[in-house]
Amino acid sequence: MDSITVLMTSPMSDYLETQLKDRFNLVKLWTYSSKTDFFKHNSHSIRAVVGNTKIGADAELIDSLPELEIVSSYSVGLDKIDLRKCQEKGIRVTNTPDVLTDDVADVAMGLMLAVTRRVCECDRFVRRGLWPKGDFRLTNKFSGMQVGIVGLGRIGSAIATRAEAFGCPISYYSRSEKPETNYKYFSNIIDLAVNCQILVVACALTEETHHIINCEVIDALGPEGILINIGRGSHIDEPELVSALLEGRLGGAGLDVYENEPEVPEQLFGLENVVLMPHVGSDTVETTDAMADLVIKNLEAHFLKKPLLTPVV
Amino acid sequence: MATPNHLGNHDHRSKELPQVLVLEPPPIMKFYGDQFLNDFQLLKAWESPLPLDQFLSIHAQSVKALLTPGRYPLTRNILQLIPSLQLVVTTSAGLNHIDLPEFQRRGIAIASAGDVYSEDVADMAVGLLINVLRKISAADRYVRKGLWDTKAEFPLGSKLCSKRVGIVGLGSIGQEVAKRLQAFGCRVMYTSRNKKPFVSYPYYSNVLELAADSDVLIICCGLTEQTRHMINKDVMLALGKEGVVINIGRGAIIDEKELVQCLVQRELAGAGLDVFENEPHVPRELLAMDNVVLSPHRAVHTPESLTAMCEHVKGNLEAFFSNKPLLSPVMNI
Repeated sequence: MDSITVLMTSPMSDYLETQLKDRFNLVKLWTYSSKTDFFKHNSHSIRAVVGNTKIGADAELIDSLPELEIVSSYSVGLDKIDLRKCQEKGIRVTNTPDVLTDDVADVAMGLMLAVTRRVCECDRFVRRGLWPKGDFRLTNKFSGMQVGIVGLGRIGSAIATRAEAFGCPISYYSRSEKPETNYKYFSNIIDLAVNCQILVVACALTEETHHIINCEVIDALGPEGILINIGRGSHIDEPELVSALLEGRLGGAGLDVYENEPEVPEQLFGLENVVLMPHVGSDTVETTDAMADLVIKNLEAHFLKKPLLTPVV
Repeated sequence: MATPNHLGNHDHRSKELPQVLVLEPPPIMKFYGDQFLNDFQLLKAWESPLPLDQFLSIHAQSVKALLTPGRYPLTRNILQLIPSLQLVVTTSAGLNHIDLPEFQRRGIAIASAGDVYSEDVADMAVGLLINVLRKISAADRYVRKGLWDTKAEFPLGSKLCSKRVGIVGLGSIGQEVAKRLQAFGCRVMYTSRNKKPFVSYPYYSNVLELAADSDVLIICCGLTEQTRHMINKDVMLALGKEGVVINIGRGAIIDEKELVQCLVQRELAGAGLDVFENEPHVPRELLAMDNVVLSPHRAVHTPESLTAMCEHVKGNLEAFFSNKPLLSPVMNI
């Protein structure tokens, strides 16, 4: 298939890059000095785009690639892909669900434990040589805390299963109730926030869920409440989050995603009740390889006219 | 007006209440005071100007109960000065500060912390493990240093699901750890002094074989003569270059010098440690490593655990003085 030209939008995985180069004619968007330069050389040959959470396939890109047949995203999130345009033009879209569910759920749990038990702060305390001068303070018990999940999809459910093992009562807000679970459903997010101690954002980013965590939700969660975000930065009104943390209106936060990555509000750097990660929810050796394999398999299936493994459109 | 003295209560009450000797205040007293023990007369040795042996000779000859923290070694010499002692209540999860054979010889009962702390310690063990495998503290440092927007890429972590986790010591804490990690899809195995009859996890009779079959070892046992330096170089090499050690037991269960060498020489992938051989001192080499997570022996220190411990201590003392069974007697020394 090395006559088929595939565009990779940004550096996302050395392993994936090698696999794509071995099978296809690989074009790397970031090696071009300008968009015009890129479009001049390639627009008529590209039949597939491999995007990720940084650069997907927006309307401009799709419109400028007349031969585009498939977008295979190295992510489960689809917010960087213009799905409507793909549908209109008959362009297939695939993503990488399931293979990354465990890893992202693990990071959510890791953040919950790190914030409540101050694991990172303890680590800093020891490294700064403060222990001989006096003991570290008390931290809050995690087991049994009420956990509220926004979005009970694959990742939300995986988080719920893990938190249950700690004796945490689970409640959730979702587009629709899931009667097959025993978890308590709230039909609006404010009620969920009022009734939990830790609120975890685990839903997809859509127009409806943009800034779903706003001032009202943060106030409902309250000065003892903890917010965990392993979804997308734009789920949360970030300036509002920052001021709530600085003013003590929110008890703490564990964040893996931000509105303008890789920018992270610097006011958070001085806070001890916050744990910050650089969007690494699925970044393990095992999972990144599995995601890459899924991207490759979807592309091969498409060009061999076989059924796609994980189609979205 | 009666004045308070180091005997802990006003004089006019001291004759009515059962006496409890306290050599050094346990953490629960440091945080919450001693009101929870208002039904007892506390003999507070540390408040007396007298040296300990004199204090005990004068005031503790008929004392039957002792409340002790974990840091205070209860040796034969001290026991000789408290001849009427029948019960020691310890607030520590570990028993390594108690000369167990000597206590058994003298017929002194021991009331332990029971499982008051087990959930909190298990939470810390899991928190440390996820932190090491997914590099959470390292990630937090990376972001706060402003490195995300630079060429310095953050390294990949290691997946927790499907990891083979060897639990060393399947007591109350070990079982809470096992329950949690099963929910993450880990494969749990264990070693313990004895095989546990109603437990489905695979049992290993020795820690070396357990390590050879594990990706992670979590130390949940107590410190005894048998477990001192049980996690030695052979065990760590058997665990392997991708192996991770988590210690929420006692520092001396691990040969700390060997642990540091294995980490420096990359014979181990990482470690999460809440305890150390010579607390509060932590080996200098560990302070600079990105693949270790360090905690200052805080696994039990939540308000919830400490207030529960106040009730638990009170309950054990009340049981003893009313000739009822202790809440958490230590058996099978």
